[in-house]
Amino acid sequence: MAWLVVRLAISVSLLYTASAVFEDQVGKFDWRQQFIGKVRFALFDTHSQASKKLLVATDKNVFASLNSRTGDLFWRHVDKTGPEGHIDVLLMYGQDAVVVVGNGRLLRSWETTVGGLKWETVLDTGSFQAATLVGVQDYVKHVAVLKKSAISLHDLSSGSQIWVENLPDSDTVQYQTIYSGGNGLVFVLGVVPNSHIVIVEYKIEDGEIMNKKSVEAAWMSSLENSCTVISSGILLCADQITQSLYTLPLQSAEQKEMRQIHLQTLDLEVASGFQPVLTSTRPNPAQPPLSEFFLQLSPDHHILLQLKDGLIAPLRDFNPSYLAAFATSGERTVAAVMSPKNDTACSINLFSADTGRRHLDTTIIYHMDPNGGKPNRLYVHAFLKKDDSVGYRVMVQTEDHTLTFLQQPGRVVWMREEALADVVTMEMVDLPFTGTQAELEGEFGKKADGLLPMVLKRLSSQFILLQAWLAHLWKLFYDARKPRSSVKNEVTIDILSRDEFNLQKMMVMVTASGKLFGIDSKSGTILWKQYLENIQPNSVFKLIVQRTTAHFPHPPQCTLLIKDKDTGLGSLYVFNPIFGKKSQISVPALPRPVLQTLLLPVIDQDYAKVLLLIDDQYKVTAFPSTKNVLQQLQDTASSIFFYLVDSSQGKLSGFRLRKDLSTELIWEVVIPAEVQKIVAVKGKRANEHVHSQGRVMGDRSVLYKYLNPNLLAVITESTDTHQERSFVGIFLIDGVTGRIVHEAVQRKARGPVHFVHSENWLVYVYWNSKFRRNEFSVLELFEGAELYNSTVFSSLDRPHPPQVLQQSYIFPAPISTLEATLTEKGITSRHLLVGLPSGNILSLPKMFLDPRRPEVVSEQSREENLIPYAPEMPIREEWFINYNQTVSRVRGIYTAPSGLESTCLVVAYGLDIYQTRVFPSKQFDVLKDDYDYVLISSVLFGLFFATMISKRLAEVKLLNRAWR
Amino acid sequence: MATIRVLSLILSVLSTTTLLWTQSGECNNGRRSGDAVETDFSGFSVPLEHSFELDDVPRFRLRGALQFRGGRENGVHLSQNQLSEKDRNTLKDVAAVDGLYRIRVPRVSLQVDRQTERQSEGYLTAFVRACSLVESHLSDVITLHTDVSGYVIGISIVTIPGSCRGIEVEDEVDLEVFNTTISVVAPVNAPAPETAPYIERMEQEMEKKGKNPQEQKSFFAKYWMYIVPLVLFLMMSGAQDQSGGGAGGGAANGGGR
Repeated sequence: MAWLVVRLAISVSLLYTASAVFEDQVGKFDWRQQFIGKVRFALFDTHSQASKKLLVATDKNVFASLNSRTGDLFWRHVDKTGPEGHIDVLLMYGQDAVVVVGNGRLLRSWETTVGGLKWETVLDTGSFQAATLVGVQDYVKHVAVLKKSAISLHDLSSGSQIWVENLPDSDTVQYQTIYSGGNGLVFVLGVVPNSHIVIVEYKIEDGEIMNKKSVEAAWMSSLENSCTVISSGILLCADQITQSLYTLPLQSAEQKEMRQIHLQTLDLEVASGFQPVLTSTRPNPAQPPLSEFFLQLSPDHHILLQLKDGLIAPLRDFNPSYLAAFATSGERTVAAVMSPKNDTACSINLFSADTGRRHLDTTIIYHMDPNGGKPNRLYVHAFLKKDDSVGYRVMVQTEDHTLTFLQQPGRVVWMREEALADVVTMEMVDLPFTGTQAELEGEFGKKADGLLPMVLKRLSSQFILLQAWLAHLWKLFYDARKPRSSVKNEVTIDILSRDEFNLQKMMVMVTASGKLFGIDSKSGTILWKQYLENIQPNSVFKLIVQRTTAHFPHPPQCTLLIKDKDTGLGSLYVFNPIFGKKSQISVPALPRPVLQTLLLPVIDQDYAKVLLLIDDQYKVTAFPSTKNVLQQLQDTASSIFFYLVDSSQGKLSGFRLRKDLSTELIWEVVIPAEVQKIVAVKGKRANEHVHSQGRVMGDRSVLYKYLNPNLLAVITESTDTHQERSFVGIFLIDGVTGRIVHEAVQRKARGPVHFVHSENWLVYVYWNSKFRRNEFSVLELFEGAELYNSTVFSSLDRPHPPQVLQQSYIFPAPISTLEATLTEKGITSRHLLVGLPSGNILSLPKMFLDPRRPEVVSEQSREENLIPYAPEMPIREEWFINYNQTVSRVRGIYTAPSGLESTCLVVAYGLDIYQTRVFPSKQFDVLKDDYDYVLISSVLFGLFFATMISKRLAEVKLLNRAWR
Repeated sequence: MATIRVLSLILSVLSTTTLLWTQSGECNNGRRSGDAVETDFSGFSVPLEHSFELDDVPRFRLRGALQFRGGRENGVHLSQNQLSEKDRNTLKDVAAVDGLYRIRVPRVSLQVDRQTERQSEGYLTAFVRACSLVESHLSDVITLHTDVSGYVIGISIVTIPGSCRGIEVEDEVDLEVFNTTISVVAPVNAPAPETAPYIERMEQEMEKKGKNPQEQKSFFAKYWMYIVPLVLFLMMSGAQDQSGGGAGGGAANGGGR
């Protein structure tokens, strides 16, 4: 009984403080997708027939296990970013997966079923070259790691180092590969480019050098790219210049040079400029490889060859063929070859490796995505069917990092868009109206053409509306009869339409690989994708929404500016964000590097906003550049200003547009780059609304905000990184006049600085190098008790500098990214969304970051609802908007307003993508989910009837009294 | 001697504009009269140039000289010439076509010990609409911004009032002398989290509590005489409940079988 009371008290108190998501709200309006990145190594678990595991290691330093039936993640380990967590090699034996991490820094063994770490060993320093499993008598017990100057052997079950040996002459010889044939010896192969090969033999037991020899090979520059070991320890190399294959038995003592086999004798020829690729297979790491191998002669020509009694014989020629791969199941090794079928499809066939004979009925048709990239890797999973024939499934990797898993006869089992692991920028676009809504809208858009046609038009559109409504009712009725689970809510592009509160939007995501995605924000379904070929890997992207969905019948229009970082040259890609189709609009050529873009509120006759691109000669290109636009630009030229930042010289300069679309320099600010370096410049978001012009103080007076839409926040970091002398500079500069509105230095601070610039405030986070902690600082600008000009803001006419208030706080966690919520009208209070490295996203009320928080509580501050100052910022778990759905390596947060004032849509992206809605001031404009409609309507009806009855009774009573 | 006369003239005008500049609190003219003698002694001067052209192509001419005094507090004062008849007319013409009035200073360091490397190439420029300068009767506020090490990084000019209402300035005398407020602004030190006052305040509150022993007593210490019997009572009744519940449960199990 007592416990019950206590428990009740606890739960009541919890209920009172809880402001996070309730359990039944999980997944209701949020979703998360987890990615792994571009696959570098993929191994199917062939340990048992029923295994569904697929182990992958990626360029994002992720090591994961996928379910090969569904494509879902079994488990995933995200290592450090950068070279420190780089996965050098992935080896698998039985239940163990051995991974070398960080350029040979660590050797790890993972248990593949649950993804637990079995052991980890720190390796000696030295850059990693190769690693291999070493078997003795059909069992693999060791793993050998080759470094630049040393070789070490480790026990596979414990990771303990058995021996480590320095390599002879490691300063002249480049040791590159390692091989063990399961006979108690480890061969280390090195090369002196264009001179000779060095082969060193080590004994497994104690690392003793058994033999060392060098073989002439004047044509060879690298072992890794052109050589492989086949059969019982025979080194096979291919050379393009001499058009030959070379063989050398590793163990023979007598052969002093490699045996040359001219490709001509096999009637083969390597395509000019193509480095021939040799692919061999080794079904069991404890045994020597097979004697069959693939030789790739050109990008689309493979040949299966066999080495028999020292002779190389072709088994089968595959011309044309894009990709070839070996796979083994049980005792049987097969080769899968992908050949082009027609323009849009490829066929994959299975051949037996030892004879080159084609297996019957093993064709898989792979349809190439016309909006995707070309296939570039093939991973084959072979298995034995019940009738002892070999069946197989393939995973195709394409240039755009897509993984497609196929089974016969071409059914796509699953697909993963791994390009989404590296989202660079995104925008949210409103969905279009449905046909009927658009019909009504169109009515208003058209010019009036007589009374009667207008009436008819109105009648017809109303009829269409009625029809749509009836259809909707019928669908509701039809769906209601079906059991809930069978109602499919698949989203397709055709049924996409704006919902009542504009909560569902189209997320347009741009990824680093150059693939664009259109994702439904409600479900996370990919609705369209488009791969842009020939994107340089270090390109910079800027996505601009030129026309929203609001201008029916003109389709919405997005423009992507792709800029090559090295040359600075840009190109424009214009597309429809709803359907992903490339627009037919002619795009201006950009022959000169683009320095700055500017989206003007000026619209052309098709309602597209004008985009100005400024090149390195300060010439302006307008897009679209119709006559109408040019005319408007001429009229408004004197009020179009833009700024340029040259961070290498610390120069900020302002320009004004001239009538002939040239520009003139009007202001210059130079922050000496020797002292501090500009790291970031940010203006305010163009779609931001500020509802209230000022803040009501405790004494009922108003403190007006300094709302300068042209204000730029410039953040600098000192070049001196000494912890006592380093600082972070904060400059608030007017982008039109170049006036430095405020200038502050945060002493003993260091970057990385994350900041949000919005309304009349700037919030930034820095690292305090003295106290070694993260700190938040907030700057707020106020005009004072009087507004200079309350009707319009002009940077040219605002002579008084604003009052600046600032306060700092300690933040007890590191920060990955920072963003502020955004709502339709700006009435709702703001929250800051803080992406933490732990993957949580903290929704921090802006109220806590208010420079007016008083040291000592007074009557007035209490009146104003100011929280008393506390130096430490609290982190409460219920403020995590993504509860346990952590976002790995969160890199950016995007916020967009919805049609509901209370609601802000949030997308966090990094390795994962997470979408949710936040309600900074609670859902003040929405009825609760558990709102009791029955109760309220019954009370209403009850009251209604009660009044009716009592009225009647009163009448009767009055009548009776009158008769008396 | 001539400079001093101009200076005193400016000063008299400045005293009026000071009122408008109170918000920034960066005005140095209060101390200027006394220090004026030292100007040539340790300071140095930098030309301030301006340009206003009808074709809007900047051609900078000397407007005056900025004289800096070395030392900790960066004092500055501006000695400038009157506008000539020709300049006045040009300025009015430029204002009529809504042209720009630009000023520039060379990039300098105000630190005395950096005299040698004081001058770097390049200028810092700023502008104001010519019409607002004319309409404000040449009353402008020029601010030089320095970085932490004393380099001038930017210059800004505003006129008070700053608007262009299209008022005709008839009186030529109004456009003769600049009525300038000049100041040097160094970056403000941004506050760090204030832990010490907070802890102090907390300690004070603790002390306050300590002085009042009645309040220091915890809830339990104050009301133990009520709580203990209640808990005892609850425990007694709870034990009875449990035994009864156990028996009931057993019966239910039996029934289920």
